[in-house]
Formats: sequence, C-alpha cells, structure tokens
Amino acid sequence: MADATISGGMPTGREARPVTSGPMLAADGTPLRASLARSLRRQKLRALLLIAPLLLFILVTFVLPIGDMLLRSVQNGIVADTLPRTVAALSQDASEVPGEPVFDALYTDLVIAEEYKRHTQLGTRLNYESGGASSLFRGTGRAVGRFETSIYADQLRDADPAFDDSAQWAAWMADPGNRDALPQTADAYDAWATLTTEVHGDDPAEEDVGDFVYAALYRDLAAGSRPPAMPAVDVSGFETVTAKELFIDDDDAWGEPAIWNTLRAFAPRVTPGYYLNAVDLQMTPDGIAPRAEGDRIYVQLFIRTMVMSMLITASCILLGYPVAYLLASLPMRSANLLMILVLLPFWTSLLVRTSAWKVLLQQQGVINDLLVWVGVIGNDGRLVMINNQTGTIIAMTHILLPFMILPLYSVMKGIPPSFVRAAKSLGANDWTAFWRVYFPQSVPGIGAGSILVFILSIGYYITPELVGGTKGVFISNRIAYHISDSLNWGLAAALGTILLAMVLLLYWAYDKLVGIDNVKLGG
Amino acid sequence: MVQASRDAAFVEFDRVQKSYDGQTLVVKDLNLSIPKGEFLTMLGPSGSGKTTCLMMLAGFETATHGEIRISGRNINDVPPHKRGIGMVFQNYALFPHMSVAENLAFPLEVRKMDRAEREAKVKRALDMVQMGQFANRRPAQLSGGQQQRIALARALVFEPELVLMDEPLGALDKQLREHMQFEIKHIADNLGITVVYVTHDQTEALTMSDRVAVFNDGRIQQLAPPDELYEAPVNSFVAQFIGENNTLEGIVTVMDQNRCVVRLDSGDEIDAKPVNVARVGDRTKVSIRPERVEFNKSRLQPGAHTLRARVEEFIYMGDMFRTRLSVAGNDEFIIKSRNAPDQTRLQPGQEIEIGWLPEDCRALDAA
Repeated sequence: MADATISGGMPTGREARPVTSGPMLAADGTPLRASLARSLRRQKLRALLLIAPLLLFILVTFVLPIGDMLLRSVQNGIVADTLPRTVAALSQDASEVPGEPVFDALYTDLVIAEEYKRHTQLGTRLNYESGGASSLFRGTGRAVGRFETSIYADQLRDADPAFDDSAQWAAWMADPGNRDALPQTADAYDAWATLTTEVHGDDPAEEDVGDFVYAALYRDLAAGSRPPAMPAVDVSGFETVTAKELFIDDDDAWGEPAIWNTLRAFAPRVTPGYYLNAVDLQMTPDGIAPRAEGDRIYVQLFIRTMVMSMLITASCILLGYPVAYLLASLPMRSANLLMILVLLPFWTSLLVRTSAWKVLLQQQGVINDLLVWVGVIGNDGRLVMINNQTGTIIAMTHILLPFMILPLYSVMKGIPPSFVRAAKSLGANDWTAFWRVYFPQSVPGIGAGSILVFILSIGYYITPELVGGTKGVFISNRIAYHISDSLNWGLAAALGTILLAMVLLLYWAYDKLVGIDNVKLGG
Repeated sequence: MVQASRDAAFVEFDRVQKSYDGQTLVVKDLNLSIPKGEFLTMLGPSGSGKTTCLMMLAGFETATHGEIRISGRNINDVPPHKRGIGMVFQNYALFPHMSVAENLAFPLEVRKMDRAEREAKVKRALDMVQMGQFANRRPAQLSGGQQQRIALARALVFEPELVLMDEPLGALDKQLREHMQFEIKHIADNLGITVVYVTHDQTEALTMSDRVAVFNDGRIQQLAPPDELYEAPVNSFVAQFIGENNTLEGIVTVMDQNRCVVRLDSGDEIDAKPVNVARVGDRTKVSIRPERVEFNKSRLQPGAHTLRARVEEFIYMGDMFRTRLSVAGNDEFIIKSRNAPDQTRLQPGQEIEIGWLPEDCRALDAA
C-alpha cells in the first residue's frame, strides 16, 4: 500500500502525470479529496452512531416541544375551525355588526359546535382577548338548540311529507343536481350527517334531519333555487324568523361591535395576537394599540426579570470571585474542604433552601430577631426582606452562587502562579499584579459564570414564586400561571419565545462585547 | 572589569534555612556568596532545594532562619516587587493577554517611566534578543524559543543588576537549548549582570557558568568552577551527578599523601588519589571518568595497577567509541575512546587489561 502510494504519487516513466495541474490524485487515480472523504466516512458514521441516542432524545424531548411552543405562540385555528361558515361570511361583510348572512352562518356553525362541545373552548380562547366572550358563547350555545327555526322544518313537512323522510333526504342530497342548486343545504346536510355519525353513532338515513338543515333549505329556496330532483315548494308564504334577531334576543352582546371585532381579529389561522398581548399591546379595529393602563404587566415584568437577573449576577460575581480565588490558591487539601462547602447547596433540595430563607428573612424571622436583639433596629421597625425583590435577590444569589464559583475556580486554577510572581518580580505591587495580570486572565471565568447565572436566573421559577411575593416574581412565574392556571398556552408560548429571544440577543451582544471564545469553563 | 568587582560579595546567603512543614528542612544551613557579575548556577536533582533558594532570593518564599543580603543589605523583609531582581520563569510566564511589546513595557510602566523612554527601552531589549519584528505579536503566536527570548528580554528591560533564571530552557528541544545557552551567556557577559541560574541539566551548568553550586539534600555539595567540578569532584554525589562516571567500591589498604591503594571487593587492587577518605581501612567509592580509562598498556606508568576486564558491548557513536566492560564485578563500567585512525575497536567477549593514572582515579566517600 505504501509502495503503491509512492509510485502513484511520483511521475514515473511513460506513465508520468502532470503534478501541478488538476486536483491531487490518490494512488488509484481517484481524486485525493474523494479518497479522503471515503476513508473518513466510516469515522463519521461511527461518531454519528455514538451521538444518535442523545440526538434522538433531544429531538423528541426538546427540539419538538420547543418547535411546538413556537407554533402555539402564533397558532390560532380555533375560530376558523369552530366557526368556518361565519368566518367566510364575515369576510364579505364589513359593517360593524354584520348582516343576516353572517348570523345565518353563525347559527349553523354554533349548532354544530355545540354538538361537538367546541363552543366553550372557543369562548375561553376569545375571553383572553375580550372579556365576556366565554359566558356569551356558553349561554348562546345552550340556547341555540331551542331557537325557533323549527318553524321552517314544520312548514316544509306540511308542504310535502317527503321532507319528513330521512332516507329521502339522503337520496336528495346524493344527487349532484340538487347539491349544485342548494349549496347551503348541501353544506349544512353534510355537516349534520357527519356529526350524526361521529357524535351519536347513528345512520343519517334513519335520523330526523336537524332544524338548521331545514333552515338552510328554506334560505336556498327563498333565494330562488330550483332543485331538479326535489318536490317543488313555494316558500314565499312561509312564516319567517331571522337568525340575527334570535341571537340578539338571546344576548344583546351579539348586537354590539365588540364581539365581532374580536372574531374578525382572530379569524386568521396565524395571529400576532399572543405576542402583542405579551408586550401589553392589543389588536383593535383601528390597528395595534396599547392595552389599558391597568392591564399592562408584561413589559414591566420583563424589565424587572432582566434587572433582577443582572443584580443577582452582579452579587454572585462580588461574592463568588474572592471565594474562587481563595479556592484556587489554597493547597489541595483545604481547597477540597472549602469546595465541599461551596457544593453543599447542590446536595440539599432547592425547596428546603428556599424555605430556609423564608424562615431567616421573614419579619418575625431569625435575622430580624437578631437585629432587634442587637438593637440595630427597633421592634416596630423590622425589615421587610421577604415577599419582595430583596427576598428574591438574596435567595437566588445564594442558590446560584455555585454556578459562578465553579467556572471561576476552574479558570483561576488554570492561571499559573508564576504569572503573578513574574509581575511582582517585574516591579508590580500586589494590586497592580492582580489587576493588570491576574484579573484579565480570570475574565473568561467571570464571563462563563455570568452567562450561566444570568440565563439560569432569567428563567428561574420556584424561588421567586416562594419568596418573591407579588413584587419579586419573574416572567417565568407568569408563564407558569398561563400554562397551569389560565390555560392560555398561546400567551405562555409567546412570553416564553420572547424570553428565549431576549436570552439569544443578550448572548449575541455578549459575544460582540466580550467574545464567546473568551468564555472558559475549564483551564 | 568583572574580575575587579568580584571581591565584594553582591548576593549573600548567610546561614539560611527553609522549612515548609516545620518538620523537615528543605534548605539546610546555606552559606553562599556571589560576587557582582558572576554567572552562578544552582545545579541539583529535583527536591534538592535549589529552586527554593532561588525563590527565597526572589522574595516569593521567606527564609525560616538566616539572612539573605544584596549589596550588604538584608532583604528578608523586602517584598518581591521592591527587590529589583529580574526573573525568567520555567514556563516563561509571559502575560498571554498582552502583546510582546506590552509585556516588555510592563516593568517600565509600573516604574512610571514615560512613554518615549519606555518605547526606546522596549525596542532596545527586543533588538538585543533579535525579536524586533515580533513586538505586536501575542505570546501564543510565538514558538517556544521565541517566547524564551521575550521572557529574557522582559527580565532585562528594566536593567536589573541581578537576574534569576529558573530552568528557563527546560521546555526547549536539545538543539535550541544549546543555542540559547550560548546566547544567554553572551548577553549576561555583555551586560555585566549577575545571574543566578537554576537547572537540573549538568551540561547546561558546565557550559554556561562561572561557578556551579551542586545541591543535594538541602546543602551545597560542592561550589566550584565547571572544570574543577568535573575533574575534581569532592564527593561521590558530585562525581556521579556531574558527567559520566565509573564507580568501584573497596577498602583503603595503603594511604600516602597523594596516593592510596584500594582493595576492591573482588580482591583486585588499584591506585587512587585520596580525596574523601581519612585513613586505612575506610570504605570508599573510587570514581574514574570513562575517557580517562586506558587499555593500551604502553601508555600506562610502569608499575601501575591494572584490572582484567571483559568487553560486553561496543557502541559506535561517531566521534567516540563507547565500550561497556565487566570489571571487578561491575558490568556497567564504561570507557570512551576517541575515534582516531589508530584507535582499537574492541570486540565483545574480548579480554583486556585496563588501568589509569592514579590522579584520575579519586577515592571518595562510600555514601
């Protein structure tokens, strides 16, 4: 093999190859690049196989959920899915309170949604955007089955008994001519047939056709349709009801523009609504506008999360740097003992530690008692150190301190003592040697620790929840609230996405300012 | 000029002791006086206390007992940055976050020197080590040898009178190391500075130094110029530590002023020069340098004692022949002979007789 390579590479005798032109060739005449790629393929495959389980795990448990979250933050299919006919009709109607066709479509949609029990979900969803929507949909959903549209069914049956025959209906609706002539009827009948099969498990050819199908047939016939394969009925003399009146009779809110504006705003399948909401804005008919003064909470919460995370990071640097320095300069034995003390918090439950801070910091707690006993403060001047920002900062600094000390320590451990010695031998006093020589080399550790602490604290949840009160909570607590209590997952996803974007932005800024290759976790 | 200033001791160690743990002494009763302009090397195996001595001189370790003086002034309580001693470290200790020029300017900056003067001195120092064009590089962009030059320039740029070097060439390959040995020596001679150099490499010590202090077990075993150290080691440790050395063990049977006879454990008798033996009956280790062993009988003095030897191995080394012999029960006995046209090439298995001049064979302590 080695021989072949040599003779192949060298221009020998009559088979001499031009060496300078063209790609480099391997011994067998294939391009060297291809040859190299082939020989590396096995290695690459092996590497891929080694990481495959983790890759799969991360993909399933991490990448997909995050992707789902990103989608949820803009996804808004519920209006279009629950009220498809209304959305279609609404797009033709620009008036503040829409006209009859929209209400007819809403009637059909709501009857079907009620059967599927989907109208309450829609109500809950729209309630995030416009108060009262939930009860409006719940109430009207209950009432819609009793709307007096049965008069159309009765009148049609009176006109021709064939309209009472379910099997006959099925035959009519199978006829393409009829379907073409009666678009609304065909649509309503199909929806009714599907729901009869799906929800009740019955055969549509044997069940009584729903009133809303008769109503749709009346509308088609009243509009002048003449179905070819159906008894001709003159509907001009029929007694009528209008869906609009029925709805407004049931609840005045249907006659107000508010609910229609909301429906119009959230009709598209993709919406910026959650994001607007997450930055205290809202969609109005006049475009995007700020929320009412009292409803603005998120921007302030984001700012508070950032500022407090920075404060926590700064206190971690101030407290952690000297400790890490001591750790790195002590002899191994004592350093190990000290390291155990630093790591001790890792071995106790987070809840226990946080609860301990509650005991320590509360107004009747250990620290206040001590201060009163010493006489620093009076009994009526006990400090409020918990259920506010102070509590959150103190407890989180304590909890996150090891994340600052560890990277600092490992970076400092990698700085040979000879650097400071050299500086001193060159005439620098202790402070100059530290500040000019030691400190710059420990900056990567500060960087690594700060990124770690900042990113951890920005998304911290348990500790602010327990000791933060109302003033000391973070955005993550709000996200958790929307995930588990208000069930507004879209908003939670939007808040989470903004948080993620902010972290990435800061990371980018950090890279620009400090340089990410200046981050070291080990020496 | 150098010679004139030698009388006054510039650096003095006076009964210096050092202990790290309060139980054992790393440096035991060190007395050493170094005149101005001398290149003194502290040579010894690791753990012999040589680096500790250097660190005490630099001020990074404090002596537990005794005084260290520079120009007659006790510096025991002077912090390192006020001692004005240049130092070159084993790993160079160039500040990685500063450029070469910034590294060199550092000692001048902390001395509050103004910018123009600083730049001139930095340039001069860089030119001295032929690194003028590397001023704006980072240390990491330099090779080991280049870093070494910069470290040297940095230790010299603020013109200290005393420069300490702690195994500065340890990390370089052999060829570069030899080259740098000469260069450091020349620079030191040209500047007339006093250098205290620590190494465990005896060749380095021999080639560079005015005097070498051989350390072992916390004490200076011998303090002498290189030639004396090699040719006249005062004890077995020095004999074995410096250069290649053949050792034979035995008992002194005849003792004169300049000559003694040693009966080896095998029963053979040899001539030797008594160095570290007191009286007849003492056990001794005799030390003979490989190049001083003679197997050509005609070159030996009449009446000289000879030993029978068997050739075990013949190694051709180009300029030299190195032959391993089995002599009086020692089969690691080495002789070296110059590769000259008339030189005999010994064959393995061959039986020969070897001898030497009595003054080349030194009877030392048995330790």
